[in-house]
Amino acid sequence: MKEKENKFLDGINIFKECYRYNIKLWQCPQFLFLIMGLLIVITAVVSYLIGTKYLVDPRIVALIVLIITSFLFVLAFIIVHSFEKLAQANRIKAEFVGIVSHQLRSPLSNLKWVTTLLLDESISKEEKTEYINLVKENTERMMNLISDLLIVSKIQENQIIFDKKEISLEKITEEAISSLSSLAKASNVEINLEVKNNLPKIKTDPDRIKAAIDNLLSNAVKYSNGGGEINIKISKKHNKIKLKIIDNGIGIPEEDQEHIFKKFFRCKNAFKYQTQGTGLGLFIARAIIEKAGGKLNFKSRKEKGSIFWFTLPIKK
Amino acid sequence: MNKQILFIEDEQALQKTLGGVIEKEGIKIISALNGENGIKLAQKKQPDLILLDLILPRKDGFEVLKNLKSNEETDQIPVIVLTNLEAMEDIQKALRLGATTYLVKANYEIKEVIKKIKTAFKE
Repeated sequence: MKEKENKFLDGINIFKECYRYNIKLWQCPQFLFLIMGLLIVITAVVSYLIGTKYLVDPRIVALIVLIITSFLFVLAFIIVHSFEKLAQANRIKAEFVGIVSHQLRSPLSNLKWVTTLLLDESISKEEKTEYINLVKENTERMMNLISDLLIVSKIQENQIIFDKKEISLEKITEEAISSLSSLAKASNVEINLEVKNNLPKIKTDPDRIKAAIDNLLSNAVKYSNGGGEINIKISKKHNKIKLKIIDNGIGIPEEDQEHIFKKFFRCKNAFKYQTQGTGLGLFIARAIIEKAGGKLNFKSRKEKGSIFWFTLPIKK
Repeated sequence: MNKQILFIEDEQALQKTLGGVIEKEGIKIISALNGENGIKLAQKKQPDLILLDLILPRKDGFEVLKNLKSNEETDQIPVIVLTNLEAMEDIQKALRLGATTYLVKANYEIKEVIKKIKTAFKE
């Protein structure tokens, strides 16, 4: 009974409803409907009272009714607009669930089949090792997706924490290159690093910055179009340090360029080269760089290649 | 059995697991990791059956299907679609383009897929 009561109270708790959809109170349809309803009741009462008192001059009543009706009209317009926002929020949520469940489904169905095979006692030792490696690969794939999603949710709630340390951007970049070396080798890509002398250290979160470089660099490798060269240049410009990643890969089609930093967005040509991918890498990279006080940008030409660069402030 | 299957699938894990089990059944597997290569191998090797994923690099499964069914050399080869897409419009599109069977990976055990393959051979 008490549970039922709570549910009922939750249902009429407008503030809670609006908060859940991340919509401001003045944009929340339920709240606006309440205001509109109150206004209608007040209008009816006031019109009645004024009408009985100033019956000799009905123009005043007409004027008041006209003003209030216009106000209600504007309010109704805002309500319709708010419903649109609500529908959009729901659409994004549904899209999100759709994409995530699809991204999880492939490794999960791989795992389902691999584990069935592992349970078969007649498999050889080599097969067993191979299947266990597949379990590891697919588990890592899911782990990566989940950690990307967690970062995205932290970014959206503005809760991304920066553990600042004095770091050398060169060293972090070298680490990123080394962690991608086997993928680069398999993709027939050579990665070169050019660093200008006497670069100052910067104070930022090394793990986050490495994650941003990882995302940018792995894109350059994955979309390298069957091999080539990636050149990374680090230099100092005024009071900023600049890192540039130049590739000669598949490039970004012009019509896709304005969308590439949006969550879950993947370019049409990217799909042709890599079916796996969440479309979260650039969204995360940009959020990290901006949080670190820098800027991330790019230039690209389809089938010619891309240049991604970011700057980070040097604080003394 | 002396049959051969062309397996067009970009997931290495599936090539190894399902591919391995099919080979244990005495069926030869020809692997293609992308759509373009799949079409080429279908024309060149003339397999008895094609197992086709839909999300593929360099030509997706629908394009591959369209291509196979519009080519005299390959239009008679039965195609089993094996994918994780399960929207009704995808299923209808694949069947309309000429797929013999449509299987959603997550809904089937590996043994059931083998059964479907054997049934397709008998038909």
